[in-house]
Amino acid sequence: MGSYVLRRVLQMIPVFFGTTLLIFLMVYTLPGDPVSALFGEKAADPAVVASIRHKYFLDQPVWKQYLHYMGNLFQGDFGTSFTGRPVSDIMAGAFPVTIRLALLAFVFEMVLGLALGLVSGLRRGSLQDTLVLILTLVVISIPVFVLAYIAQTVFATNLGWVTPTVQNSYDLSQLILPAVVLGSLSLAYVARLTRTSIGENLRADYMRTAVAKGLPGRTIVLRHLLRNSLIPVITFLGTDLGALMGGAIVTEGIFNVQGVGNVLYRAINTKEGPTVVGIVTVLVIVYLVASLLVDLLYAVLDPRIRYA
Amino acid sequence: MPDLTEKKTAEEIPAQAAVAADAKPEKARSLGSDAWHDLRRKPIFVISALLILLLIVIAIAPGLFTSVDPRAGDLRLHYLSKPNYSHFFQADWFGYDLQGRSIYARVVYGARASVVVGICVTLGVTILGGIAGMVAGYFGGWVDTIISRVTDIFFGIPLLLGSLVILNAFTSRTIWSVVFALVALGWTQMTRVMRGSVITVKQADFVTAAKALGAGTGRIMFKHILPNAIAPVIVVATIALGGYIATEATLSFLGIGLQDPTISWGIDINSAQKVIRTAPFALFFPAGMLSLTVLAFIMLGDAVRDALDPKLR
Repeated sequence: MGSYVLRRVLQMIPVFFGTTLLIFLMVYTLPGDPVSALFGEKAADPAVVASIRHKYFLDQPVWKQYLHYMGNLFQGDFGTSFTGRPVSDIMAGAFPVTIRLALLAFVFEMVLGLALGLVSGLRRGSLQDTLVLILTLVVISIPVFVLAYIAQTVFATNLGWVTPTVQNSYDLSQLILPAVVLGSLSLAYVARLTRTSIGENLRADYMRTAVAKGLPGRTIVLRHLLRNSLIPVITFLGTDLGALMGGAIVTEGIFNVQGVGNVLYRAINTKEGPTVVGIVTVLVIVYLVASLLVDLLYAVLDPRIRYA
Repeated sequence: MPDLTEKKTAEEIPAQAAVAADAKPEKARSLGSDAWHDLRRKPIFVISALLILLLIVIAIAPGLFTSVDPRAGDLRLHYLSKPNYSHFFQADWFGYDLQGRSIYARVVYGARASVVVGICVTLGVTILGGIAGMVAGYFGGWVDTIISRVTDIFFGIPLLLGSLVILNAFTSRTIWSVVFALVALGWTQMTRVMRGSVITVKQADFVTAAKALGAGTGRIMFKHILPNAIAPVIVVATIALGGYIATEATLSFLGIGLQDPTISWGIDINSAQKVIRTAPFALFFPAGMLSLTVLAFIMLGDAVRDALDPKLR
């Protein structure tokens, strides 16, 4: 187990450097000059431009910029944005909001998705099953920004249960509606995956054994069936946690949640290189750690899987 | 707790009957013609295929469906002049947008951008990712290691986020810049699918037989492995097509995808959101068409998967 984890962590290192280098290249080598953009409509003074470029290492070749950035990163320094604010400061403001939003969405999609998948998987071909299938298909085909407007119109404008946009991003109760919208697509996938997986496992030999032994229905479903059916669902949920944190650009924008997605969107549009690279680096780490945890969870769920 | 034994037999009997009925009159079919045989009888496939056919016709010849110019604005007809439902269907059922342009005409003309982006991105990622996956799966060793690590690297960057960064570099964006960004970031998904599929097929006896008969690498790859390994790729590609259409609309909605002279449902949804309270129909129609299109491709993908996946037989 220990050596497996070590091997996986070692494998993560080139991926980490590759992904950060890729985003670094995308941000810093694509056309568009963030420094002259700082001056707005005014003509830029070449001397000032040169000094800003020097300060942010922009006068160096890209590979030197990358090495310099990585050197600072390993000392815990995410750099400074072009507006002069430390990137770690910006992230400290945005990440707590997004983590709350992502966790709410995650709990929502996991609990409801598993429940719906279980209900429809156990009774294939029944009315509930058909309803779940239609519902998930509809949710999958409606893009998230359309869904957000529907939710906003129905729950805020028509019913008046919530305010249309979030006023205090740190208030959990205000984050519920954005979280439901954010998690709905994955909810549909979780429900469908669980349904398929349960359908496959229902026919397994161990299920017949459990029924023959006379175990109570609850034990069979929860201990035997669900545990064995969870593996593909866990894989999906693990990669989704990272996606929820980075993919909330649209939802956070529409509901005015001051989280990572909003900050990223603004940073990309203003070519705030240090902010974009910093946030993406953290997201990459989250993604890598989540996929490692998923692999380790396999062994917990299925004792036949051993990591030597 | 459902009755397991009864369920099993109930499911098996029609399956066996179908097998018996199928086996007698016809001779062995290839996977492709077998799948087609299955698909023709599925209502979901027929419905989604007809929908997609209709969409493609709209995309090729939007002029057949409306004679109104989608870019012609008449300010007297702006969005507050509510749609008129008093007569049999006419274009003004859909209402007019902020600049008095016919929403119906814009919905019709908007199909082209979505369909072109969806099909081109899917073709691009399938060809590029398919070749990379084939090479990685067939040759193995260090070639596989390099290609697999590169796919891992791309997987760390979310599609939407990466395409935002790439598209920001274009000062004027057309359909092709959106296609470029999505292909550049999306090909790795197909690589993974193709690689896994090729590795499974590579071990089959017929590949060893072909090798023993002295077939060259190219012949083995394209004549023997490719036809047998392509099915999962086709399935993933069909389902992904709907996703690419949704991504294009999302990018256009965010103001970073297609730009105004191009007509796109995403752009129209973005301009409609400003008037969502007074004129919800301005958002409803392009959003509805977009969802319907994505739905059609996902249903098609589901049907194709059921027909092609040997595990479900």
